[in-house]
Amino acid sequence: MATNKSQHISQQFEKELQDIRSRVLAMGGLVEQQVSNAMEALVTGDAELARQVITDDEDVNKMDISIDEDCIQIIALRQPTASDLRLVTGILKTITDLERIGDEAVRIGRMALNLAEKDRPKKNYRELHALGQHVSGMLHNTLDAFARFDVDAALQVAHEDRQVDEEYEGIMRQLMTYMMEDPRTISRAIDMMWSARSLERIGDHSRNISQHIIYLVEGKDVRHLSAEKMEKVVKGNE
Amino acid sequence: MNSQATNATPIRVSLNQSRGGEEREALLMANETPKIQVNDLNLYYGKDQALKNITLTIPEKKVTAFIGPSGCGKSTLLRCFNRMNDLVDNVTITGEMLMDGFEINDPKINVAELRRQVGMVFQKPNPFPKTIYENVAYGLRLQGINDRQTLDKVVEKSLKGAALWDEVKDRLNESAMGMSGGQQQRLVIARAIAIEPEVILLDEPASALDPISTLKIEELINELKDQYTIVIVTHNMQQAARVSDYTAFMYMGEMIEFGATDQLFTNPTVKQTEDYITGRYG
Repeated sequence: MATNKSQHISQQFEKELQDIRSRVLAMGGLVEQQVSNAMEALVTGDAELARQVITDDEDVNKMDISIDEDCIQIIALRQPTASDLRLVTGILKTITDLERIGDEAVRIGRMALNLAEKDRPKKNYRELHALGQHVSGMLHNTLDAFARFDVDAALQVAHEDRQVDEEYEGIMRQLMTYMMEDPRTISRAIDMMWSARSLERIGDHSRNISQHIIYLVEGKDVRHLSAEKMEKVVKGNE
Repeated sequence: MNSQATNATPIRVSLNQSRGGEEREALLMANETPKIQVNDLNLYYGKDQALKNITLTIPEKKVTAFIGPSGCGKSTLLRCFNRMNDLVDNVTITGEMLMDGFEINDPKINVAELRRQVGMVFQKPNPFPKTIYENVAYGLRLQGINDRQTLDKVVEKSLKGAALWDEVKDRLNESAMGMSGGQQQRLVIARAIAIEPEVILLDEPASALDPISTLKIEELINELKDQYTIVIVTHNMQQAARVSDYTAFMYMGEMIEFGATDQLFTNPTVKQTEDYITGRYG
């Protein structure tokens, strides 16, 4: 049974559910901004922006806690069932992943601070920038899929995560080559590796959220499955 | 009676409505043994049709819950299982209703014997105005069993089975009317299990009870299902979700959805079920 669009008899309950949904989207928007700021700080060497990302994480944490409390209130007072229950538990998991994405943005921010003090490479972090663009796009699509409860869009995100993983491997290989060629780049390369790692993790969290979306819309548990397998389960072939 | 115990064929219930609109077959776990099989049952009160083409299987030694809004026919269906509808004028029943392969509605069936096998507990506790002991012993006395030792044994066993023994063992000769509502309801259950039925029908057994007594009844249901097949009608959906293994959702005399309880409450297949259990406009 897909997500139910008809109204609850209890208007108050209806409003509470609408409310947590829109607050997840607000949190998602904030996290998206954090990732994009962190990436900009890294690529442009903007230490000020990097510091702002680190302080603003507090807001993400507060939203995590407050949406979490609202979900627990709903479970305690309304005992939601079926699609309502899936919505509430799906949101509980989604905000955990969003909060972790926020943490990764902070990590990238810290690396940006480190790198801002070092010589900039000729290519100006082009590969990291490309990976960052890719991952930000994934996160954006994930939040879109959540807003529209769009299972196909969620599946698309899962497919893209593999490309992100491949890009990440590519960057790792490249950085290793640099380090072997010129040990003076090691310190910078390590910071870049950590940043790439954080971006790759953001991709994983986006994929997790897309799996929560599939669960809350379709009631099908697709965790720990490959993108192809997920697709089979969703389309009902498995 | 238990000749079908080894019969491990899957129980199939066909449902006409589903998301795709196509005929869908819900497959129960293949290791369930059917206790009661209802095939295409229709019931009319005069010209009014109260049950429409009901087909379902009640698995043995499991708890099956009927949920649905008032007037959907769930109590009517429950009352079919021990022919309580015989007491209502102008009732017409068509279709099959087999318990262990025997037709319940066969006119040749001994109804008193059927009701011994299929016990029933109602919404309001209805103890007899007798002592606690005599309430439980009543069914056996009806069968002509008056031997004090046998009665003592059965009364103790039944009261223990109904999780009431520790509370009443020192006042068995006091009137049952002095007990609390929750105790009375458990006494009625003790009375029902004293005659060792195979099926216990519970019609809103906890709706007149406070939350603690309700939990005791639910706990009891959970213990009883090792020995008995239990069918429960309840308005309390959380209760249905807590106590039952299978749930049937009924609406306007039709069986809308029947399935494993955990499935039905997290991911129902039919929109009407979803609307009902989540409290939406139908």
